[in-house]
Order: sequence, then structure tokens, then C-alpha cells
Amino acid sequence: MTLPNDIVITPQLVADHGLKPDEYDKIVALIGRTPTYTELGIFSAMWNEHCSYKSSKKWLKTLPTTGPRVIQGPGENAGVVDIGDGQAVVFKMESHNHPSFIEPYQGAGTGMGGILRDVFTMGARPVAAMNALRFGAPGHEKTRHLVSGVVAGIGGYGNAFGVPTVGGEVEFDERYNGNILVNAFAAGLADTDKIFYSKAEGVGLPVVYLGAKTGRDGVGGATMASAEFGDDIDEKRPTVQVGDPFTEKRLLEACLELMATGAVIAIQDMGAAGLTCSAVEMGAKGDLGIELDLDKVPVRETHMTAYEMMLSESQERMLMVLHPEKEAEARAVFEKWELDFATVGKTTDDLRFRVLWQGDEVANLPIKDLGDEAPEYDRPWTEPQRPAALAATDIPQMEVADALLKLMGSHQIASRRWVYEQYDTLILGNSLQRPGGDAGVIRVEGHDTKALAFTSDVTPRYCEADPYEGGKQAVAEAWRNLTATGAEPLAATDNLNFGNPERPEIMGQLVGAVKGIGEACRVLEFPIVSGNVSLYNETNGRGILPTPTIGGVGLLPDWNKMARIGFAAENQVILLVGSPAARGTHLGQSIYLRDLFGRRDGTAPTVDLAHEKRTGDFVRKLIRSGTATACHDLSDGGLAVGLAEMAIASGIGANIVDLTDQSPILQYFGEDQGRYLLTVNLDPQGDEIAALWAEAKSLGIHAPWIGTTGGTDLVLGAARPVAVRDLAAAHEGWFPSYMNG
Amino acid sequence: MKSAVIVFPGLNRDRDMIAALTKISGTAPQVVWHQDADLPDVDLVVIPGGFSYGDYLRCGAIAARSPIMDKLRERAAQGVKVLGVCNGFQILIEAGLLPGALMRNKSLKFVCREVKLEVVNAATDFTRGYKEGQIIRCPVAHHDGNYFADADTIARLEGNGQVAFRYAEGTNPNGSINDIAGIFNEQKNVLGLMPHPENLIESAHGGSDGRALFSGLLGQAA
Repeated sequence: MTLPNDIVITPQLVADHGLKPDEYDKIVALIGRTPTYTELGIFSAMWNEHCSYKSSKKWLKTLPTTGPRVIQGPGENAGVVDIGDGQAVVFKMESHNHPSFIEPYQGAGTGMGGILRDVFTMGARPVAAMNALRFGAPGHEKTRHLVSGVVAGIGGYGNAFGVPTVGGEVEFDERYNGNILVNAFAAGLADTDKIFYSKAEGVGLPVVYLGAKTGRDGVGGATMASAEFGDDIDEKRPTVQVGDPFTEKRLLEACLELMATGAVIAIQDMGAAGLTCSAVEMGAKGDLGIELDLDKVPVRETHMTAYEMMLSESQERMLMVLHPEKEAEARAVFEKWELDFATVGKTTDDLRFRVLWQGDEVANLPIKDLGDEAPEYDRPWTEPQRPAALAATDIPQMEVADALLKLMGSHQIASRRWVYEQYDTLILGNSLQRPGGDAGVIRVEGHDTKALAFTSDVTPRYCEADPYEGGKQAVAEAWRNLTATGAEPLAATDNLNFGNPERPEIMGQLVGAVKGIGEACRVLEFPIVSGNVSLYNETNGRGILPTPTIGGVGLLPDWNKMARIGFAAENQVILLVGSPAARGTHLGQSIYLRDLFGRRDGTAPTVDLAHEKRTGDFVRKLIRSGTATACHDLSDGGLAVGLAEMAIASGIGANIVDLTDQSPILQYFGEDQGRYLLTVNLDPQGDEIAALWAEAKSLGIHAPWIGTTGGTDLVLGAARPVAVRDLAAAHEGWFPSYMNG
Repeated sequence: MKSAVIVFPGLNRDRDMIAALTKISGTAPQVVWHQDADLPDVDLVVIPGGFSYGDYLRCGAIAARSPIMDKLRERAAQGVKVLGVCNGFQILIEAGLLPGALMRNKSLKFVCREVKLEVVNAATDFTRGYKEGQIIRCPVAHHDGNYFADADTIARLEGNGQVAFRYAEGTNPNGSINDIAGIFNEQKNVLGLMPHPENLIESAHGGSDGRALFSGLLGQAA
């Protein structure tokens, strides 16, 4: 077979497509001839790291992905989890790191657009969003510009689309100076019997193109996102897509309306690698061939080549296989919403992916092999070097009150209000907990008491020190944040951000983190149902901190029994549930060391998963029974920061009684895992609290009474009292002052 | 009282508004698509918030030129009550049903937070559920809520009791002139406001200060 081809395939052209010589040889062997230019583009789109997971697949397969509530695990546009009453939550997290660094507003906005589309492609109406953002050092020349652009881009897209942002993370570290991370999460609600999938069924059925027109934006985007950055980064701007949330909103409404007519057999959004990836996926999953006629594709620019059309990443587009008898009805829906609707091809029985353009066949490839035969690597990896533990006597000293005030006003701990007030956090009218607490919570529309909790977590400095423990900690922290609202953690999505996997030490980080994530998910019964891998987050040979972000989803049967972080009232007993006997012991890799002493040493804290599970289950029970009046898990900055956050959220102070035989620094700033602060409205000498302690003891959980709420100061034992007002001022002050600076 | 909600492509607080009207009056409003030929026979027409036509031109400018707006102008002239919230307020201004302009927020940023509002004129069908001078909580979520009008218009609005709500206690989120958050037309049957009372009507919202606006209008107990 020969296909017309004007462009000579040279080794340089192959390399420019991100394909290695042996990968190209495999292509030639597979199709028995030299590929056309369009075919080379198609292979590069399907076989890049972003689409093929070629470096990570071997390890992703080890993650637990099933459970009694899991309806759909990884492999579709998003994971689907049963929440009872015939309803399901559909969710996923995905990165848009490379484009957001090159062009922050459009990069972050289209990241939102992509993840929202993944959710409504499955028939779910998006109800909540989160964003996990990581930027370079605050003092780096690009950081302010990137923060400002990314936040505006997310807001510009999400606000116009109309989904509440209920949570997220913002973190700064010099290791992200050359590669920021923008991980976008979206969740939607659907009926369990009305979930839509990408698998095509039936021969000779119309393949229909819907949504926005195809332009030249984003050509080669997925390939760009599968390479590290060098000094030529500004030349990559044309590979960034341009977002149109107005079209996305209409596409949402039109798709849901169309799905309700029963016309849709299969649906796939056009995300990375656009028309190529969506068409191949629908065909390959259904054991069918696909024939596309590019002359029928709606375009917004003239003289587009087949290559450009196949690789365009223009946004807000969908591909569907429709029941032919419903085509007219389907067309009417899209015309109502003033969106393009064009039959651009058909399903075939020959398992070929054929592309016609201006009367020529410009591609004719084995459709299954495009996905199934993609390279899969068992890349060499080395066991990470773990830092030495801190010596027991190595406790740098600072007055506890001074340290706390400094941390509350630091870039790591300060309030993210400047960010989240640019996001619509209450649209749809169901937001029960907005950003600033342990997890975002929305009620489930149409149900009297049910609610969903969302959180996004990872501690990259722990992952750098110990990828395995860091991976465990990311999952445990997400599970803990959901539990702290009273929610039952259901399932998670993972967004694995790493450097260049061709370097064995980076691959070692990925392997260690995935092993840790898998272990924690198994013990905590918290399966991974969707996810995304972003590698090559590296500039001129320097990688980011390993950042496996975990997005967690939990279910509250009754939101009237939900916990918040603010102290509920004065004179309530404060318990530190899950505490070691010495309350706090672990200073290695802590925020106290890093941000007050510039030290990044020591081991990462470890997570005892069995203890974590018992403690969380106990805490959740206390919340649901109404015993707990407020709850907050401890993380960055340890006990002191946790108490300060509870005080700031309520305006109520607290008096804490020290342990006299343990260093105040370790007690207040140690980052031991698996701990929750809980307040209860019980007599500390009474029978009820004695019963609570007896139950805790029987479970092997230490839950000491450490103090009492009340007053306008936070008094940490012998330390100087700090006015809650001053803590709040420090906490609120950093972000606006940094952005104005 | 019967109500209708007009939906333009790109509006996205229609669901919030429909839920509020339904919960407070017990009856769902009729939903009117912007291409529908006519408005149903109702006592209240609401244009909810969002980003009609993406706000790619001036906010509200394209929707204001939609044929359904001619029908709305006719009904308003006949005394039918019209409420525009956020993008709905912008559309009513662009349609000439209310005076002035809504400019980009002074911060140049989108802002979503809770503010305090003073009820400036409680002697209207819209605001009779409140007391004059009452301070209520209400969320805002907008990018272009910075109300402006020339000095003569402002004097007329202030003099005629056409200022409905003012941002109070230093919470003006957008730099609007005289802290104006919402205004009436001269006849007081058209109200436009930037804040979202529909997002503060029940305990799940953390308060119900927005409820009286609808219950006053719909003739239901607050």
C-alpha cells in the first residue's frame, strides 16, 4: 500500500516528533512501510508519554482500583463511584503543567476546561472543582506573574462555566521555578444507569463531531508536554490551546440534553491529541475501525492540512457515535445551542484507522495497534537515597509564640483567601464548606441530607526525602481530611507529577511513590479510580520535587452532622486524637525546620496505616454521633499551627497545658502523622468522656485532653500568649502583601 | 404569584435562581429560552446571573439586544416586576431598563465573598420583607460590578429612593459609586443588583438573609 506523501520522513523529523529511533523502527515494522507525514503525527500523538503512559504503565497496574462502590476505575474519561440512591460521583484530576508555565492564563483555563469535559463526557453534571497549584520560590522573578495568571485563568474558565471551586492547594518551592504544577480536579453527579462510555458499538454508524470548530491551536501539545523544557521555551507558545468557557458551557448543556434523548452510543471528548486520540480510542475499545473524512470537519481557519487537523488541540470539542435514526433529533439539540454538528465519518469492520482528506487517503493504520502496541518501558530505577535522621539533641530553638506567628504569616501556611476569592465558591447553591477548611463539602442536590467532601493533598518535601513514605502520606492525608469533616472516604484520583523518567533516580521516585500510594490505598480501602501522569517536569536537567497529588472524595450521609475546623464555643475540651505519648516527636522535613531555619534535613515522618485507619474511624464516629463539636487534622506546622487555624476560624482562643518532660518545639511543631484535634462539649471529669477514653484505649488510640477553648488568646503552655487577632492578621496578611509587592 | 426566569446561553446561576424561587414560593418558575417568541403571563420575570455570550463583548450587551428583551420592556412598562441579578443586572442596564453602567471591579479581579448590605429603600414590593436601614449579609460573585453613573443620574437615584441596596460596613467589593449595590427604575417595578440573595436562603447556605427579597415579592412568609 502506498499513500500520497509530500514530506520526506527524515531522522530529524522523527526526533522532532518526540519519537526515539527504535520507536520509529517499530512503527515501520508494524505498518510494513514508511509512514506518511500525517501518520507520523498520529503515532507521535498516540505514543508520547502523556497519552501512552509508556514509562508509568508497569507501575500504575499495581494500584488498587476496585472496591464495592467502584463502578468504573481508570481507563475511561473519569472514575465513577456509587454514592447510593441510584447516584454516582464521577471524578478525575489532571495536570496542565507545561502549558501553564508557557502561557499561564490559557494554560490553566484550558486545564479546567479539559477536566470538566472529562466529567460531563460521562454524562455527569459537574458540581465541584479543586486545583492543586505549585509555584517557584516567592522571590523568583516569574512567580508573581505565574500565580496571577494561573489563578485568573482558572477563575476565568471555571466561573464562566459555572462550577464551584471548593478546595485545593497552593504551595511555593524553588524546585518549581522552571516547572510549575497546575493539577485540576472536577467531580460531577450522574445516575448510575446513565453513565456514558467511549466504547463504540455497531458497524456503519455515523461518527459525529460536536462543539467548537477546529483551528491550529495546540498542534503538538501532548508531544510538547512529554518533553522537558530548555532555553527555547518561548517558541512553544503556539502549542498552548486557547479556552472558550462560553462554548464549554453550551457544550455541557447540549451534551446532557442529547444524552437524555437516547441518541448517544459512545462519546469521547477531544483532549490531548484531539481528533486522533478520541477517534482511535472509540474504535479500538469497540473492536471497530474508524474512517474519518477531514473535509467534513468544521474548521475556523482555511488551508488546514490533514496533519494539523489530526493534531489540533482546539478546545470544547466532542466526538460521538450516534444512533442514525436519532441524528435529526441530535442535530436539533446542537443547533439550539448554536454549536457545530457534523457527521465526519463512520465505524467500519476492518479495524483500520483511515483518514481521508481532499480525495486522498492520508492515513491507513491498524487501529488497535496504535494503542495496544504503544511502547511500554520498564525503565531502570534506583532506590532513593534517604537522608539521615536528625540527632535527638538537634532541636533548633525559637520562642514558641514567635515561631508560630512567623509560620502563620509564611508563604506555606498563610491563608489562600487571595486565591480562592477569585473563584466562584458558591455557585449552584450547594456549597456547605468552602475553601479554608480540611475539605470542601457540597450537598447532593435532590437529596435531603447527603453530601460529598473533596480534598487534594500531597507533601512534596516528604516525597523527596522518602518517596514511599511520601506516597503513603499523601493518601493518608487526603483520607484524614475527608474524615475530619465526618465523611467516609470513598475513592481517590492520582495526579503523578515527576521529572524525567529516563533518569533512574527520578524513576526511583515514581516507583517508590506508587508503591506507597498503593499500600496506603489498600489498607485504608480507598481505591484509585482515575488519574493522570505528568513526567518530564524538568528544566535544563533539574527536576521538580516528586509530587504525586491525591484528590480524595468522601460521602456524608447527613450534612447536619458535619464537622468544621473552627472552635464551636468557649470552655470545650480539646483532645489530640491519635497522638503519640509525647504528643509530637518528629521534626525531620518539618515546616519548622525548613521555613524558620532553612533546613531541609531529617527523615520524612512515617505513617502507621493500621493506626491511621483505627484513629480515623474513631474520629468519624465521634463526629457522626455529635460528640465532636469541631475537628481539624494536623499537617504542616504540627499542633501549634492546627490550634491556631481552629482559633482563627472561630475567633475563640484556647489554653493548652504542656507536657513538661517533652521539648515544646517537638510538641508544638513536630509533624507526626495520624493526629486530629477534636473538641467535645463534655465534662472532663464526667462519665461520658471517661467512656470515650476507655473506647480509645481499647482501640490502642491515645486521645489526651490537652487544653480548653476560650478567651481571645492562644496560650501554648509556658509560651507567651498570642492574641487570636494577631494570628489572624499574620495569616491573612502574607498573600495580598506578596502579590502587591 | 407566578414567575418566569429568562435563560440566555452562558447564564449559569439559573439553577440557583430556579431553586430559590421554587423553595420559597412552592412553585417552580416557568423557564423561558431566549429564542422563545413571547413571555408567559406572569407577575415576576427574573434574569439570573452568569456570563451571557461569555461576556466577550461588554457584559450583558449581546443578551440585551435579543428579541425577548423587547417583550420584557413591554411587560415592564405595564408594571410587571422585573428582577436582574448580577449578569441579569448588567443585561437590564444594557437594555436601558435601568440607568448607569457596571464597570470592571476596581481590583480588576473577579471577587466571590460575603458582604454586608444596607437596605436603603424598604418601601417597595421587592424590599418590603426588610426594614429600612437594616444590614443584611449577602454573597457577591462578579468581575464587573463597579456601578457608575453621571452626577445628575446619581442625584436623581438618591433623591427618588431608587437606591435599593448599598454595600455597608466598608465591604464594597468593587468600588461602586456611593457604595451602590442595587437600584430600582423610577416606577420601582424593576430591580437590578450585583449580590446574590438566591445563594443565602437556607441553613445549608449558612444563613437566610436573602430570603426576604423573594418572600416579600412572592407573598410568602419569610
